[in-house]
Amino acid sequence: MDIIINGRTIEFSVDPRTSLLDLLRDHLGLTGSKKGCNQGACGACTVLVDGERINSCLALAVQYQGRKITTVEGLARNGDLHSLQRAFIEHDGFQCGYCTPGQLCSAVAMVDEWERGLPSVVTQELAAQGIALDRDEIRERMSGNLCRCGAYNGIVEAITATFENLP
Amino acid sequence: MSALKDTAKSAMQTAVRLTPDKWLPGATSDPLMHKHGLLGAPVSRVDGALKVQGKARFAAEVAMEGLAYAGLVHSTIARGRIAAIDTGAAEAAPGVGLVMTYKNAPRMKAPALFGTSPSAAGASSLPIMQDASIHWNGQTVAVVLAETQEQADYAASLIEIRYEVEPAVTSFEMAKGRARRPESILGEPAELEIGDAKAGLAGAATVVDHIYRTPRYNHNAIELHAATIVWEGDQLIIHDASQLVNATASTVAGVFGLKDHQVRVISPYVGGGFGGKCLWDHQILGAAAAKLAGRPVRIVLSRESVFRLVGGRTTTEQRVALGANADGTLAALIHTGVAAMTTHNACPEQFTFPARHLYAAQNIHVAQEVADLDMLANTFMRAPGESVGTFALESAMDELAEALKIDPIELRRRIEPEKDPTSGTRFSSRNIVEAYARGAEHFGWSRRNPVPRSQRDGEWLIGMGCATATYPYYRFPGATARITLNADGQAIVAMASHEMGMGTATTQAQAAAERLALPLENVSFEYGDTALPPGTVAGGSSQTASIGAAVIAAFEELVPALLQLAGNDSPLAGLKASEVEARDGGLGKIDDPQSHESYASILSRAGRKEVVAEAKAPMPLEMQKYSMHSYAAQFCEVRVNAVTGEARVSRFLGSFDCGRILNSKTAASQFKGGIIMGLGLALTEETLFDERSGRIMNPSLAEYHVPVHLDVPAIDIIWTDIPDPHSPMGARGIGEIGITGVGAAVANAIYNATGKRIRELPITLDKLL
Repeated sequence: MDIIINGRTIEFSVDPRTSLLDLLRDHLGLTGSKKGCNQGACGACTVLVDGERINSCLALAVQYQGRKITTVEGLARNGDLHSLQRAFIEHDGFQCGYCTPGQLCSAVAMVDEWERGLPSVVTQELAAQGIALDRDEIRERMSGNLCRCGAYNGIVEAITATFENLP
Repeated sequence: MSALKDTAKSAMQTAVRLTPDKWLPGATSDPLMHKHGLLGAPVSRVDGALKVQGKARFAAEVAMEGLAYAGLVHSTIARGRIAAIDTGAAEAAPGVGLVMTYKNAPRMKAPALFGTSPSAAGASSLPIMQDASIHWNGQTVAVVLAETQEQADYAASLIEIRYEVEPAVTSFEMAKGRARRPESILGEPAELEIGDAKAGLAGAATVVDHIYRTPRYNHNAIELHAATIVWEGDQLIIHDASQLVNATASTVAGVFGLKDHQVRVISPYVGGGFGGKCLWDHQILGAAAAKLAGRPVRIVLSRESVFRLVGGRTTTEQRVALGANADGTLAALIHTGVAAMTTHNACPEQFTFPARHLYAAQNIHVAQEVADLDMLANTFMRAPGESVGTFALESAMDELAEALKIDPIELRRRIEPEKDPTSGTRFSSRNIVEAYARGAEHFGWSRRNPVPRSQRDGEWLIGMGCATATYPYYRFPGATARITLNADGQAIVAMASHEMGMGTATTQAQAAAERLALPLENVSFEYGDTALPPGTVAGGSSQTASIGAAVIAAFEELVPALLQLAGNDSPLAGLKASEVEARDGGLGKIDDPQSHESYASILSRAGRKEVVAEAKAPMPLEMQKYSMHSYAAQFCEVRVNAVTGEARVSRFLGSFDCGRILNSKTAASQFKGGIIMGLGLALTEETLFDERSGRIMNPSLAEYHVPVHLDVPAIDIIWTDIPDPHSPMGARGIGEIGITGVGAAVANAIYNATGKRIRELPITLDKLL
């Protein structure tokens, strides 16, 4: 079987019980994606599949034949950090750093969902043209990613700053 | 503690208090506390780039050839014996290399219990997998090693066990009937009485007297407990997620009958600790299995296993009784109660500590008991004692203010003590009244209507509350720092200490750069490895001061060594260490800008590549001479839905008085993190313990509700930044104080919003309907 991870096609053969997260961490040495609960409750394992965010601990690796996976290791380009990664450092959007890869991947896909006009549970006007990505929208849309150190304020500030800086 | 020991300790304290500061090495002022520049600057984390790229390598991620993965089986009874255990199917399962039970586990000594010596780290003194007995519901009864995690977990599910059940005490109510007074509460007397509090209360004009209850909590750091373990001959190497590497190495050495130096614990990154990342059974079981199997082992606890094997904060029942005179001063302050514990651990949840130091009262009585249950050893969790103790004390203070019709901040001002109310010692630095005043102004406290249920926005009832936060200053003995200064003017400061996200590596590099007068980029801090000079536990908010004192000691060795190397051809020739200071990347004569030589110049003339100075910090006598505590005023605004009972924290401000702040960026984050954990303590978190079976019923992050993004408003943090004259760098610890006072600030705000006084945490919807 093969899978495209951060732009590289990788052949793999694993026990069918292996999760996408364990494939990354235990078999491919890509330990950037983290295991915090292994049951889809904490979001530390968030990766992008064809641009959409999923909990990789709840995904069986064998279901992702031929799909494009982006992990935290794939966010930087040519050695330059993604603007969101730089903003996380500037705004102190983490302490221990363990939930950080999941927060970053989740935020990248979250902004994409918002750009596509997808509403959230706190969106007041579902039919409105252009939902404002305000503090409440960011907090709601990021609530699947737990941070026990409590870096939530910094994460929201980093996302806001990055979004404001987009062209 | 015996009467003899008590007398000796008391005599020692008296002697220390009478000794002038200049004769007490730990009590002299650190000149660094008045420097500006790097100290206090909002420097971004030095490990930031690694962490945002997922390149920081945690304990479960250390690559190793021939690794076996561990799966665990937990007991399903609270007390009894394994009558029969069938491991045949597991052993025959694909990929399985070993099934370890009490029958084949190596013979191991019981771990030395934390607190029994400075190097003891055992969370419990129970032997680990040495016989058929079961002591708590969830105890590990088998370890399976296999080629993959999937194989290990599957094989573990095939093990069949029959238990002989014995009667267990799993009800707090039942255990309370046999509560006992421990010998001491972390070295402090379990009971203290000043005057006659009972009589004082009886004669008081106004009395509030209530029971407050707090549940069990779990740390729930997002990183699962994990260790990657290898034996190299008779050397044991543990890549651990640890907040006490030296004590872990020493205790594990004791378990396996090794010398301390034969165990190396490496822990450069820890994915959150909060008191939970200490020595538990899994590191020892992993080492035992690795020894038995003759191959390296990775043991990663599942989230459920974390709840079964790693203790949390225990449940408490507390009485606070306050008796006030007509002028609002206190005639009596009583804080007593009981916490659930076991007979095999030593963590009594010191909830009476705040009442010993916060308020002036004519009569004071504090007393703590513990009730023994057959349960997993409870342990230290962020501000053990103070977090839940301030919920009771500061809720009661709000109730008294209401009864007296005095503003709660004004009430606290009237009972501000001049010296420590129970020890009688002077405060090293205490500016809580100022912190309240500044906090009230920033928060808009004057807009609060003291009449409950008087502010409403549609369905939402709005209220404000405040509470005092407090946490002691601790500095632990034994820390040793090494400074290596090389000819390029680069310095490495090293100690086996810990970085779990507090910012240790960043702030210590800042402080060392300021102390050595070097640019920050020239200084790095090495930590997290027992191969380095010994550090102390990352606990008790003590690490910054503990490291700082050792770095001062090493610096005091470094200066004379440099002067000796400088020799007679140096502009510094003939000067004594007391006549020079670190300046502009070298040493210079104090008050003489011309007389200076750079480190690089000194070393190159002496033909040296580097100079190394290593020294141990002096004993922390400042803690005996002064009453040293950090303080804060916590302000909360809540919105409570009148229809559903849903409580939402809409604003929060913490106004801190913690001495000098060393890094304004990471410090603000640490304060916020504590407050957010406090919001969980107040509103959403609870470890559900089945009182019939002794089993934890919500061992998952789906059913244990830590605060998420949407639960957390923008939090404002301000601080006094007044240096503590008796601590290294003028700083007191800041890791734990953030969580204290939050439970009461939230409860008090909810009372102001709704008129409902909730005295049992967490304040869930059902309690507000």
